[in-house]
Amino acid sequence: MYSFKYARASSVSEAEKAFSGGEDAVYLAGGQTLIPALKQRLAQPSDLVDIGGLTELQGISVSGDSVVIGAGVCHTDVASSAEVQKAIPALSYLAQHIGDPQVRNRGTLGGSIANNDPAADYPAALVGLGATVHTSKREIPADDFFTDMFETALEPSELIVKVSFPVPKRAAYSKFANPASRYAVVGVFVAETSSGIRVAVTGAGPCVYRHADMEAALSKSFSDDALKGIAVPAADLNEDLHATAEYRAHLVGVMAQRAVASIA
Amino acid sequence: MVKISVNVNGSSQSAEVEERTLLVEFLREKLRLTGTHVGCDTSQCGACTVQMNGKSVKACTTLAVQADGQSVTTIEGVAKSDGTLHPMQAAFREHHGLQCGFCTPGMVMSALALVERNKDKTITESLIRSELEGNLCRCTGYQAIVKSVAAGAAAMGAKVQA
Repeated sequence: MYSFKYARASSVSEAEKAFSGGEDAVYLAGGQTLIPALKQRLAQPSDLVDIGGLTELQGISVSGDSVVIGAGVCHTDVASSAEVQKAIPALSYLAQHIGDPQVRNRGTLGGSIANNDPAADYPAALVGLGATVHTSKREIPADDFFTDMFETALEPSELIVKVSFPVPKRAAYSKFANPASRYAVVGVFVAETSSGIRVAVTGAGPCVYRHADMEAALSKSFSDDALKGIAVPAADLNEDLHATAEYRAHLVGVMAQRAVASIA
Repeated sequence: MVKISVNVNGSSQSAEVEERTLLVEFLREKLRLTGTHVGCDTSQCGACTVQMNGKSVKACTTLAVQADGQSVTTIEGVAKSDGTLHPMQAAFREHHGLQCGFCTPGMVMSALALVERNKDKTITESLIRSELEGNLCRCTGYQAIVKSVAAGAAAMGAKVQA
């Protein structure tokens, strides 16, 4: 690990100030992605601004039509929240299947979405549910938040404070997990929301995306049969030692059908 | 360098550490608590598992500065001071839950966290297996580990059906 300067922030505004004061600063939340990257010398930030202790980023609150989760809430707390389980069981399920218990105890919602790993789970929930990202500066709809592989709409010092998830009529997440890392080889989040059907795919492409043809088919008939025969082109999908692009394309269809079948 | 103060196994430990020091390096090299092992050093094997504020974490993927002001329990803090093994440790010995022993400290720390986290539930074999997902053992094939955790959990007063 290269050396860096370290500062612990005690408020969101202090964190932003410390970030802007650094030459090439990064925020440190749970560190479950950042620390391995630092250890492998894949990153060389000048400053780490630790936001792990910020109470402003904590808390889960559920009202009638939305679930609001602080950016600093760890996956274990989302998975074990009785309120989340009741309001959006698919979100609870998704959080419970990230990594392993130790990773879930440290990794945070904000850290996951800010990193926007193409194989991360949370981006599928945000896009699938049509969530809104509340930052220190503005509100960003999930559809505009995830811009490209490891890229988001966040400006350099902008900090995610919380995410609000609209409570859907029904939703499910189905993931084909890498057996070692539990990252999504392909994960599909399907939701029937007040503004229509949403199908979000993670793991398959460079960035989470919505599948328009599947959304259209499910709007006509919400059943796994409706998805059969819908083409998933492999052209722009990821290819690595875990799966070819063609295999991922196949899995998109299978995961989508499984998700729909579980709630149809 | 940064000054940190961590409560380790019930006693306050202060030290000057480099910012990039990992929690596992602080425990092993500064405090000489070498029961916490470094296996893969890539956040996969769980041999470095300790508890921070009662939650299991991988000490190879936590910075020492992140533990400043927090409470950490390592395998050295599990047995009684007179050397009497904790019921979970005794269960690992009784049920042959180890062969080479390298992964054992992490297994025990995860097992203790598992019992704590599921105290309202019935602990089943499948729950034990899914909760030990973050710990790898290259000797045993896990059968005896699962058995040990079930016995240890029962000895700790948990509801067990495994």
